[in-house]
Amino acid sequence: MTTLDPRSRAARRGLSDLSIRNLFIIPTIVFLIVFNIFPLLYSLGYSFTDFRASSNAPANFVGLDNYRTLLNDPFIWSNFAITAKYVIVSVAGQVIVGFGVALLLNRDIPFKGLITTLLLLPMMLSMAVVGLFWKLLYDPSFGIINYALGLGRFEWLSDPDMALYAVALTDIWMWSPFVMLLSLAGLSAVPKHLYEAAAIDRAGPLYTFFRITLPLVAPILMIAIIFRTMEAFKTFDLAYILTSQPTTEVISIRLYKMAFQEWQTGLSCALAYIVLIMVIAITNIYVKYLNKVKER
Amino acid sequence: MRNRITGLVAGLGLTLACSTSVFAQELTIFWAEWDPANYLQELVNEYEAETGVKVTVETTPWSDFQTKTFTELNARGSAYDMVVGDSQWIGAASEAGHYVDLTEFFNKHDLNNVMAPATVKYYAEYPASSGKYWSIPAEGDAVGWSYRKDWFEDPKEMEAFKAKYGYDLAPPATWAQMRDIAEFFHRPDQNRYGIAIYTDNSYDGLVMGVENAIFSYGGELGDYATYKVDGIINSEQNVKALEMYRELYGFTPPGWAKTFFVENNQAITENLAAMSMNYFAFFPALTNEASNPNAKVTGFFANPAGPDGHQFAALGGQGISVISYSENQEESMKFLEWFIKDETQKRWAELGGYTASAKVLESEEFQNATPYNKAFYETMFKVKDFWATPEYAELLIQMNQRIYPYVTAGQGTAKEALDALAADWNATFKKYNRVK
Repeated sequence: MTTLDPRSRAARRGLSDLSIRNLFIIPTIVFLIVFNIFPLLYSLGYSFTDFRASSNAPANFVGLDNYRTLLNDPFIWSNFAITAKYVIVSVAGQVIVGFGVALLLNRDIPFKGLITTLLLLPMMLSMAVVGLFWKLLYDPSFGIINYALGLGRFEWLSDPDMALYAVALTDIWMWSPFVMLLSLAGLSAVPKHLYEAAAIDRAGPLYTFFRITLPLVAPILMIAIIFRTMEAFKTFDLAYILTSQPTTEVISIRLYKMAFQEWQTGLSCALAYIVLIMVIAITNIYVKYLNKVKER
Repeated sequence: MRNRITGLVAGLGLTLACSTSVFAQELTIFWAEWDPANYLQELVNEYEAETGVKVTVETTPWSDFQTKTFTELNARGSAYDMVVGDSQWIGAASEAGHYVDLTEFFNKHDLNNVMAPATVKYYAEYPASSGKYWSIPAEGDAVGWSYRKDWFEDPKEMEAFKAKYGYDLAPPATWAQMRDIAEFFHRPDQNRYGIAIYTDNSYDGLVMGVENAIFSYGGELGDYATYKVDGIINSEQNVKALEMYRELYGFTPPGWAKTFFVENNQAITENLAAMSMNYFAFFPALTNEASNPNAKVTGFFANPAGPDGHQFAALGGQGISVISYSENQEESMKFLEWFIKDETQKRWAELGGYTASAKVLESEEFQNATPYNKAFYETMFKVKDFWATPEYAELLIQMNQRIYPYVTAGQGTAKEALDALAADWNATFKKYNRVK
């Protein structure tokens, strides 16, 4: 039997705080650097070159040419306009539907738990499945939507003016439950005595809604809007699966085509950075507004 | 002890050596997921029985095919030894060094004379007329048409058609006749429509569809030698051809704005349309009663002529290339030697593949084997293809962007769409220093 040196035994018995911290943090930092920071910086470098992954030619430094080309390309601006329209319609729809349903569910109704759970189902499905499912629903020949609404052979996805709204409608169906869930959490946190006081003062339902409910739920609703705006801005799968109309070519689809069909690697990296900057800018505006709402 | 270690090392070495040779007995060919890939797998099973070399045909859906192939090639990956790649890839893949130069192999086996001329020109040679070859023509293909014989041969329909248009109802000889027939059979109230054409703008569906009209109207996409496009892609013939395609779109079933080969076969199998455009490679499913309840009453015809008698069709099909990063290049070349043999090409055609071998194509046996082989044979001698330059994908996307809104939504005019396309293509060729 061997006896251990008392100092090494102590070292084995317990790790110092510093060692524990390093043990947990260093792998995370390494992971972040390898999989996030390094590709981010690498692609930033490529965005200033004419590199094409499909050719054997080396990457040549072109300065800001890629950014200049993109910002002068009317197609890209049209893609941004489509994306903005989609974000506005989709997020507004989700907030109205989600918050509306939350208001209805914030009452004493039978089977409230079951109804809430069932309403959450759409957002648990995969985007690809939802896309294919809704493609069938929209079909002008045998789709159930036209049949149910008595629209005959109305073309949801083939009509260039309608297709974007059809995609947004699907997104609203899928993500309204997310807004509903957050809104329900906010609504349940509103103190009951405020409503009682309003009732004693004979305040009408509209006054109660705009002066009590909405201001108190606004911060959490803003968080839902931030999340959904960021997601809607990055939409790819739904629009790609449902339709291939030029009027539904959101910026992510253009980016995908540029990077993986045209193999314009440098140019697509620059576009990805433009999108990133825009998302950060929009989020910052929201966060500032959120802080103001919280301060009230 | 030393003897034991020496023995162990020798045994290990022998095992490794054996395993290396086992590896060399396996080849992987990458292709899209469709019937011809299944026929090729059947064919290569016979190669395995003959030589002991196992060949696997790995497939991916058409929608992923281009992206997956080029992702692997750009990564210099050796997952595949050969690829049956699209004809328009040849410039991008050869200039980037992804494909092995097969010029010596091509000349040694005199494939210029063995294979049908169009297949050599479009599937194998790059740059055009350079005498440099990068593929062996494998699956010949072109666009043809299927139609409902029972609708066309119904005496009442024939009488009504003659009364309305003044000539007999029969498979169209010209695009103008095709338009009349499409209009005649377009009856939305009966859930019956005139025609099914390609409209999918995510890859080359719509472009190939429109090419059938453009080439038969006597037009071209540009001068492939000088890269001149202005006055060619937006020529008067092309404007008329595009206008005709837009007119035909008006006689398609509802929701026909993103359709390709699957939907166009469904148009016939589900009694939707009188005529349907598709690649010949998809016609076997239409002659099979298991997949087409109307198989007995489905007929076929070649792409009709334009107003001046020109008759061409858009090329489909692919050549087989050896990938530069393959670790089994030598074995792949042996496979290709087997593949080009006359008896292999004959067997390939028997299994359902569209051989590019001129001798097999010209044989009576081949032309009478199916109701559409004769039309295929005739078509393969009058085919034209899209640009095969390395920037083909940009050209394809630009063409989709310009013509899709006009064809499916009637936005703008054909002239405006093609003028804008000429400007786009000019700018692209300038960007890559192909023109000044």
